[in-house]
Amino acid sequence: MMARARIVTMAGTPSLARRLVGSPGNALITLLLAASMVVILPPLVRWAITDAALFPAVPESCRAVSGACWSFIVAKHSQILFGIYPDAQRWRPLVVCVILLGLLVFSVRPRAWQPRLAIAWFAALGLSWWLMAGGAGLVPVGSDLWGGLPVTLILTVVAIGLGFPTGVLLALARRSTLPVIRLLATLFIETTRALPLLSILFIASIMLPLLLPEEILPDKFFRALIALYLFASAYLAEVVRGGLQAIPRGQYEAGEALGLPYWQLHLKIILPQAIVVVIPALTNTVIVMIKNTSLVLVVGLFDLISSGKAALADPAWSSPSIETYLFITLIYFLLCFGFSRFADRLERRTKVPTK
Amino acid sequence: MNESNQVPVVTLSNVEKHFGAFQALRSVNLEVARGERIVICGPSGSGKSTLIRCINQLERHEAGDILVNGRKVGSEPKQLEAIRREVGMVFQSFNLFPHLTILENCTLAPIWVRKLSKREADEKAMALLERVRIPDQAHKKPGQLSGGQQQRVAIARALCMEPSIMLFDEPTSALDPEMVKEVLDVMLGLAEDGMTMLVVTHEMGFARQAADRIIFMDEGRILESATPEKFFADPEHERTRAFLSQILH
Ligand SMILES: Nc1ncnc2c1ncn2[C@@H]1O[C@H](COP(=O)(O)OP(=O)(O)OP(=O)(O)O)[C@@H](O)[C@H]1O
Ligand SMILES: [Mg+2]
Repeated sequence: MMARARIVTMAGTPSLARRLVGSPGNALITLLLAASMVVILPPLVRWAITDAALFPAVPESCRAVSGACWSFIVAKHSQILFGIYPDAQRWRPLVVCVILLGLLVFSVRPRAWQPRLAIAWFAALGLSWWLMAGGAGLVPVGSDLWGGLPVTLILTVVAIGLGFPTGVLLALARRSTLPVIRLLATLFIETTRALPLLSILFIASIMLPLLLPEEILPDKFFRALIALYLFASAYLAEVVRGGLQAIPRGQYEAGEALGLPYWQLHLKIILPQAIVVVIPALTNTVIVMIKNTSLVLVVGLFDLISSGKAALADPAWSSPSIETYLFITLIYFLLCFGFSRFADRLERRTKVPTK
Repeated sequence: MNESNQVPVVTLSNVEKHFGAFQALRSVNLEVARGERIVICGPSGSGKSTLIRCINQLERHEAGDILVNGRKVGSEPKQLEAIRREVGMVFQSFNLFPHLTILENCTLAPIWVRKLSKREADEKAMALLERVRIPDQAHKKPGQLSGGQQQRVAIARALCMEPSIMLFDEPTSALDPEMVKEVLDVMLGLAEDGMTMLVVTHEMGFARQAADRIIFMDEGRILESATPEKFFADPEHERTRAFLSQILH
């Protein structure tokens, strides 16, 4: 049995050459891919590089060339990144992005996971809020003028950062032995999951103003944030519940037999194992949520995509939308890819060694 | 010596337990004196596990009383944790925490339940790992140990709580034959040191050597309770005899 497994493994990782043309099937696929690259690559290179305009970043540069109009991105990058935030104040969303991205990168290292990190995050979000909204020495900027990357970042970080602990609580509540708690959690999760995010966003942004008096109505940004947060909580709850179900009864029994109370049992024994089991599913949900933030454009918030669109509306330029969307795609890609790399590392780190 | 020696560590009186319509325990009465070693045996499904799992309330009994060190089991949750602290348990399938090191397995409950400092808990755990003869594995994860080693860690983990009684539910029946002895040896050592033990096992060699009393269960009842000499030489019930002839041959 062992010997056969060994042979299969060795056959599974042959040399590069064998992998490319080892069998007629492989050879055919290699050939097809090579052919399509020959067909696609040259025009792509011509469009993106050879025939493209980069500098000077003025509309005339683009009229002179047949390729990509990168000049537009150079000229408009701050509008795409920060939306219609007042020009003179653009350093503020820039600082917010630097703080949030910097802290995200810092948080990746498991050595940084200490109570201090949570405090740092609360401080960073508070600071971001102040920088974005102004007041206390800064020019006030209403959330209807916010846009672009900081909106995407704040929505993602808060929705997932609060949604994850809430999801864990909901997952535990749904498995509670107390019928009332179980029922409420189930009701919330099932309702939230049964509604499309779009309708939750609409309810939050259009229905709430009809139902609540103006004085206690949170502003548009907050309403979208709450909608995303609730949505993320429900989805993350079900992912975590899946992990909880994978933990054998013996783990609960061993913890209970040692006299561990409910919360210690769950925090020290059950959740650490349950969450590791579902890292791939959690990654998936988080990535979907990162991209879901773009849906806030339907309730009039300027996320990256809508601020890109707004930039494209400038009549002086020949509306180079492919270039703009490629630029936005690249930003989303970096966010999502970065997160999935992080999750991958985490998964390998937390792998329980066996003999 | 003093009064606490007179109080039984565990008393069960008229304990009943159902799983749905099925009755797993029928009016069970049992007293375990301090320092007593009792082996429980009986056919599969006779309620041996259920009996000892009622003592630390991994199963709730419906009728009758269970007292641990004079305190009634099964009333309030606070009481429950206090009782579990005094009752150590070793499972058939070890149930170590796979994400924690051996040492952390042993110190988790002392730190969080008994509120020992990390240093105290570490020292205590290392001493007990020494005693079950695996101090050199302290920083490995359970998955890296053999079954016999894991079960010895599980024993050390329970002992770290300084329980006044240890429950064993078939501690050797998931082990490869060559590892059974190393676990039984640790248990014999415990017995010699005067630990109160309630052991569900079919290892009759262990029963002969360590037990003060052997209990035979059948269909949720304690059918027979006798010293090893009497139990093996002259069992009272036909069922016991049939069972013995089955497992001794
Ligand atoms: N959680 C449960 N739900 C339903 N029935 C149960 C449950 N646990 C035990 N039982 C039943 O109760 C009876 C006694 O079970 P118990 O585990 O105490 O037997 P046992 O004597 O330990 O047997 P074994 O030697 O097989 O471990 C069995 O018939 C079993 O099927
Ligand atoms: Mg059993």
